[in-house]
Order: sequence, then structure tokens, then C-alpha cells
Amino acid sequence: MALIKLQINNRSYETDVAEDTPLLWVLRDNLGLVGTKFGCGIAQCGACTVHVDGEAVRSCVLPVSAVGKGKVTTIEGLSEKGDHPVQKAWEEIDVPQCGYCQAGQIMTAAAFLKKNPKPTDAQIVETMSGNLCRCGTYHRIREAVKSAASKTK
Amino acid sequence: MQTLEQTSRRNFLKIAATASGGLFLGFSWSGAAALPGIVNPESAAASAINFNSFLTIGTDNIVTIFSPNPEIGQGIKTAFPMIVAEELDADWKQVKTVQANLDTNKYERQVTGGSGAVPHSWERLRKAGATARYLLVEAAAKRWNVASSEITTEKGKVFHKASGKSATYGELAGDASKISIPKEIKLKDEKNFTLIGQSVRNVDNQNIITGKPLFGLDFYREGMLFALIQRPKAFGLKLKSVDSTEAKKMPGIVDVVTFENSVAVVGKSTWQVKKARELVKIEYEKEFDLESSADHNRIFKQLLDGGEATVRRKNGDVDSAFKNAAKIVTAEYQCPFLPHSPLEPMNFFAHVREDGVELVGPTQTPDRARTEAAKITGFPPEKVTVEITRQGGGFGRRLSADYAIEATHVSKLMKAPVKVVWTREDDMTGGTYRPAVRYRFEAALDKTGQLVGYKLRGVGMNAGNPTREDNFPSGAVDNLLIDSVDHKSPITTGPWRAPITNFLAYAEQSFLDEVAEAAGKDPIQFRLELLEKAKKAPAGEVKYDIDRMIAVIKLAAEKSNWGKKKGVHQGFSVYFSHRSYVAQVGEVVVEKGKPVLKNMIAAVDCGIVINKSGSLQQVRGGIVDGIGHAMYGNLTFKDGAPDQNNFNGFRLIRMNEIPEVDVHFVDNGISPTGLGEPALPPAGAAAANAFYKATKKRLRNQPFMEEEVFKNIS
Repeated sequence: MALIKLQINNRSYETDVAEDTPLLWVLRDNLGLVGTKFGCGIAQCGACTVHVDGEAVRSCVLPVSAVGKGKVTTIEGLSEKGDHPVQKAWEEIDVPQCGYCQAGQIMTAAAFLKKNPKPTDAQIVETMSGNLCRCGTYHRIREAVKSAASKTK
Repeated sequence: MQTLEQTSRRNFLKIAATASGGLFLGFSWSGAAALPGIVNPESAAASAINFNSFLTIGTDNIVTIFSPNPEIGQGIKTAFPMIVAEELDADWKQVKTVQANLDTNKYERQVTGGSGAVPHSWERLRKAGATARYLLVEAAAKRWNVASSEITTEKGKVFHKASGKSATYGELAGDASKISIPKEIKLKDEKNFTLIGQSVRNVDNQNIITGKPLFGLDFYREGMLFALIQRPKAFGLKLKSVDSTEAKKMPGIVDVVTFENSVAVVGKSTWQVKKARELVKIEYEKEFDLESSADHNRIFKQLLDGGEATVRRKNGDVDSAFKNAAKIVTAEYQCPFLPHSPLEPMNFFAHVREDGVELVGPTQTPDRARTEAAKITGFPPEKVTVEITRQGGGFGRRLSADYAIEATHVSKLMKAPVKVVWTREDDMTGGTYRPAVRYRFEAALDKTGQLVGYKLRGVGMNAGNPTREDNFPSGAVDNLLIDSVDHKSPITTGPWRAPITNFLAYAEQSFLDEVAEAAGKDPIQFRLELLEKAKKAPAGEVKYDIDRMIAVIKLAAEKSNWGKKKGVHQGFSVYFSHRSYVAQVGEVVVEKGKPVLKNMIAAVDCGIVINKSGSLQQVRGGIVDGIGHAMYGNLTFKDGAPDQNNFNGFRLIRMNEIPEVDVHFVDNGISPTGLGEPALPPAGAAAANAFYKATKKRLRNQPFMEEEVFKNIS
């Protein structure tokens, strides 16, 4: 066990966990930030996607000790009021079915659009294909990312 | 930097001042209010006036509508309240939706399965809304001393136009609750619907997109322990001995307990129990044969050739029809086992207390969870409560109560609140799969190309009856024999979205394409002729609606511009399942030598569409599901153990692999007939038949990607 300091959503946390604990489980079991989901545990589905220093990462395979001074953003901290352009597009286009994968989808899309605010359709598909949606909301995810891109300045 | 020591016994958590200088005290394990309890405020409306099991109205005009059926992504938590709100003439902006807990006194059929929720509840929900509206109107009439026939309602308000009086539902709720409920209630003319048929967004969208605790896995309780369970690694093994010495020494581990064939590692966090579980030494012994996929293939052949079959349907004289046939077409189709793979793995919370049991979690059958928990603990069912969480997919997997049973066992043994969590590997290797099946079809054509004889034998691995003997083309063929043989396998199986039909429709509709070709007929024309025959001279009982089926076939043909597109290879499929009718056209284009499924066009008759947005997505998602599993899904076995255990080995469809999906609903005013499943079954055959047109190769086995034609294509 080790005392780990974390910067999450502009807040500081300290928690005593085994260093190899994936960030995902620290968020969920230790810090009560359950918006980040567990889907596969091997970085295949993307449900656990968070940002570390603006990069979309799979928190299920990121040992908490490797986060270091990295600034972590989870779905809870993406925006103050749930009004990030990607979140707004998700609502407007009515993307979620069961909703379980959507936090990861949104975090992937938000990081992507920050780097590439005017993506081509092919770039959207390429990026978003890393995230699984078992309900098959892919058409709307694609549409929502496109819509958010058009509104991101 | 100031560090605050938490007083909680979970003192591993410390909270520090934020970088920006502010102090964050928002989260603390010691305060129950701060625990991420599920967002499901069943008690939130306690002060409001209770009209019936489905709705309350508050003095603040908030109409709270309770949705009793489990929400797994099928949209019931949005659709149900829409039906109530329609008849109530509520203002949708003032409607709050709440997932009801299990309550068999208040609700019937609190189940998500069989695409049955809306068909079952359609009238009940309408009556619930209409009754409340009636009471509000009567209350206003009494208050204003006018005839109730002069009163109108709109968007949560009651009006008396002649006098210019109006009142909100909230203002009248108290009075209304004192009026006696009428015996008969008049429902709206469906032409006057203003909400039903509109696009209404998922009521949980805001909670979903901001990451609120909604799902079973998001449920935490102070003092709750986490359990991971080691189940036998192969089907057919049973527990012999357990050595948990090393596991128990690991940090955070509270105990390792055994029940039935399961070993539960219980501790203070998911990761700690996951690591400790790897250290438990378990010996198993063989209880049943450890089957491999090669065994299944061999067994399939044996059963097709010589198995003792149960006759499911017989019409006419099949033997002479085949003896006198001008042409006989025979083909076999096979589908593999599939895990359900809902993205939220199985999990359940149980607290077996001295006075009863509390269950919380994702289940499609809360009543089954309660019954099982009652059996295990000896409590009467009424001492067992079940809180239904939102569910990260279900697809039939959560119709089984196994994981709720596990949670009950572990909590009982630990005398503590416990959440059982399955890893993805547990989920994929833990059973209750879609069964593997193989079909043999035989068709006899006369010299004019009429289908005069039809034989189908279905053989399955724990599939029960893998046929739907009364579905089309039964009724349209004079001489018909449908039978089946089941192999009892130690591999557990269960319903998987559109049980049986999810593979039968693919096989049957692909085979009919073969028969149409052999008869020299257009596949759509061929089916229409069969349906006309079933209508004019039915062979035995016809248990599907011929006209509804014809209508979707014609609509799909029209919308796809059937047979008239250049460079586009079209494949057709139509299926009746769960009371609804769906026809689909798949369109394959050859790009750089590769056949690519570009489009799917669907014509859907599910009766009245409740939520346009949700329904459209339900059909698209069903087709994506059907195509994805037909193309890629494969769970194989070696010595009783699955070869694939996660999404690296088991391939799910991704965004870059989906076709465009164009959906058209039939507007026929029929009461809703269900939509959670019916769009899935026809998808595989529409794709397979289109691929055939492009490649001249039949896809007779799923997954398609392992068929010869795709072998060299990534």
C-alpha cells in the first residue's frame, strides 16, 4: 500500500492503495467517482476512458502510481453543468440507450475534438471505433461527434 | 497543502485542499448521503398525492410516473411514462420518471423480456393516466360547479373555456384524490395523441452524460464488502478442494468462503479481491463430459442424421412430396454459442440481515431474484426487497438470477452487505450462452417452381426447441415436417435477445433465398407468392398475420428500390417474431475487390410507435447487434472451457464496421406489438443474401468472417 496523491477534476486527493491498482478502481472504489465505467479491464472497450493531461487514456489498465502529477479529468469533471459541447450534442441527438458506455464515448470524443476541432468523417469513425457500444448507438455517436465539432470553437 | 484525516473507518481515503486553494469536502465515506447511492428517488415523491401505482401529482405540479419494468437500454423508462402522460394530458416538462422497485402487489409482469412490456402494459398505462385525468376533471367541475363535459385538459392544466377558469393539476390533486375511481374509463382516440409518436429523449440522458451513479455496479454502501467468485473454469467440473491460505493473507481480504461450486473471495475493494482470487488454489473434479467445439460439430451431425427427433409440426405427406419433386434443395446452417456481453458485467448487491434481505442491482427479472433469495435465506418473499437499477445492457443475460443468488449466498455467509462483481472474463466464461445450433433444411419444388415440400430439423446444444414451427413458411407449404433434437450439454444456455429466432431467422431466410433461386424466382416475389398461397389455401393453422407480413415486405421493397440499383447487391429477409414484423434489405457493394455491407433498409410493423427517437434507435441497434454477431461473434470451447474470455478474443462490432441503417415504420394504428427484439432476427439473412449476390458464395455458418469468402479479408 502506498499513499497516492492525485489531481482529479481540479481537486486534490490522497488515498492509500496498492500502487498497481488501476486508476479506474481507485476512482470507483476509493474516491466515489463512479461515472467512469468498468467494461473489460483490458483496454478493449473504452468504457473507462478518462483524460490524463488532456489525453484520452484507458483507466482500467493505468496503474494509479503511473498517473504521477498528471491532471485527471473524469466524466464528472468534464464540465461544471454537463454542458460541454460533446455532452450537449449527446443530449440533443439522444445518443444513449442503456448508457453504460457513454461516459467513455464522451471522454474519447472530447479529447479528440480538443486536438482536432474540425475532423473529417473518417477521422471521427477511426477515433470512435476504439469504443464499444453494445446497444449499437454508433450512428448517433458519429452524428453527435460531428455536431459537437461544428459547435466547438 | 493542508491534509484532512477522515474519521471514517475507511481511513485510507484522505482529502486534501485543492490546487486552486479551495477545500474539497464533497466526498466522505463516513456520511451515507455522500456515498454514490443509485439515482433512483422512489421516495422523492412521497409527499405528493398518490393516484395509482403509476403516478403521483405534487402540489408543485410535478407528475411522477413510476416505471415498473427494468430498463436495460430498450427505452422502457421513457416509453412507459409517455403512455401515462399522453392519457393524463400532462406537461412532459413537468413529468419525472422513477424506476419502481419490485412490487408484485402494485405491478404485474415486472420483467424485461420477450419484447412484451409495452404490449402487456399498453392499456394498463393508458387507463392509469386516463383515470387520473378523469379525477382531476371531476375535481375541477365540482370546485367550479360546472359540468365536467365542459372541461378540457392540456399540458398539466384543466380549463373551463366558457368561464375562463383554469387550474393546474397540482392545485386540483388534493381534491381529485377524494373522488371515487370510475368503473369504466374512456381512453383517447388515438388520432388525438400529442405525445405518443413524437421523439422524446431518454429520460436518463442528463444523468448518463454527467456520470451519475445509475447502474448496479455504481451502488456502494458504507461497510459493504466486495466479492469476486471463482467458478469452475470448465463446464462439467465440480469443486473438490480449496486452499485459500495465501489469498487470505492478502491486504484487504476479509474472508474466502465456499458455496456450491463457487469460491468467493471477499474483501474491501474490487482490485484487492481480484488479486487475491488469483492466489486461491482450487482443485476440481470431472462431473460431466468436458466438451469441445469439435465434439459439438460431431454431435450435430449425429443428431441430424439419426437423432430421435421430436416432431414440432407436420402437414400433408412430406415423403411423397419429396419423392415426386422436380427439384430438391438441401442446405445446412450453423450458429455458434454466444455470450451476451452486456457492457456492464454481472453484479449484484445483497444484504442478508436478521429481519430480511435487501437486494439491489441489475436484473431483468427482479421477482426471480427475490424468489431465489427467499429460498436461500428461508425468509418469506415479502421480507426480500429488490431495488432495480438501470442496467448496462441485458440481452437476456439478466433474465438469469445466478449472480443475485451468489450475492445472497455470500452476504449470508459473511453476515455483511456484499456486492458481487464479475470481471469481463467471468462474464464471458460464466455461461448461460446463446446455444449453438445446426439446421438441416430440405425443400421440394415441383416443375413449375412451386414449393410443395419443406423439411426442417433443428439440433441444438441445450437449445430446447430450436425451431419456431408455426412461423412462416409454415402455413404456406402443403407438405411440411419440422422436428428437433436437443443435446444436453454441461454448457449452460439461456435466452439471448430474440431467443431462437436470432439464429433461426438467419438460417431460414437464407435458405428460402436458395430455394427462390432454385425456383428461378425473385426472392421477394417468391415469398409473396407463398404468403398468397397461405392466405388462399392455408396448410394447417396460420399463426402469423399474413397481411402484416406482406405489408412490410412491400414497404421494404419500395424503400430499397429493390432490384433497380446498379452496382448494388441486394439481399432480402423478413421475419415475424415477438408479435412484430420486420423486413430488411441488405446492400453490399464491392470495393477494391472486397464485399462491403453498406446499407440496411428496414420496414417495421410494431403497431403504434410510442417514442419515435427510441424506436428508431431500437431498430438500428437491433440491426447492428444482428449484423455484428452474424459477422464476428464466435465462442468456441476446448475441454469444456471457452477459448475466448474477453473482447480481445471475442469480437464485437465497432463503428467502422456498421452499415447505414434506414428505418421505415408501418403506420397502421394497431396496438403496440413490441420492439426490443424483432429488428434483430432478419438482419443476418439480409446481409448473407446480399453477400451471396456479390460473391456467389452462400454464408451457411456464423460467424461470416470465418467463412472461406471472408478468410482473406480483415
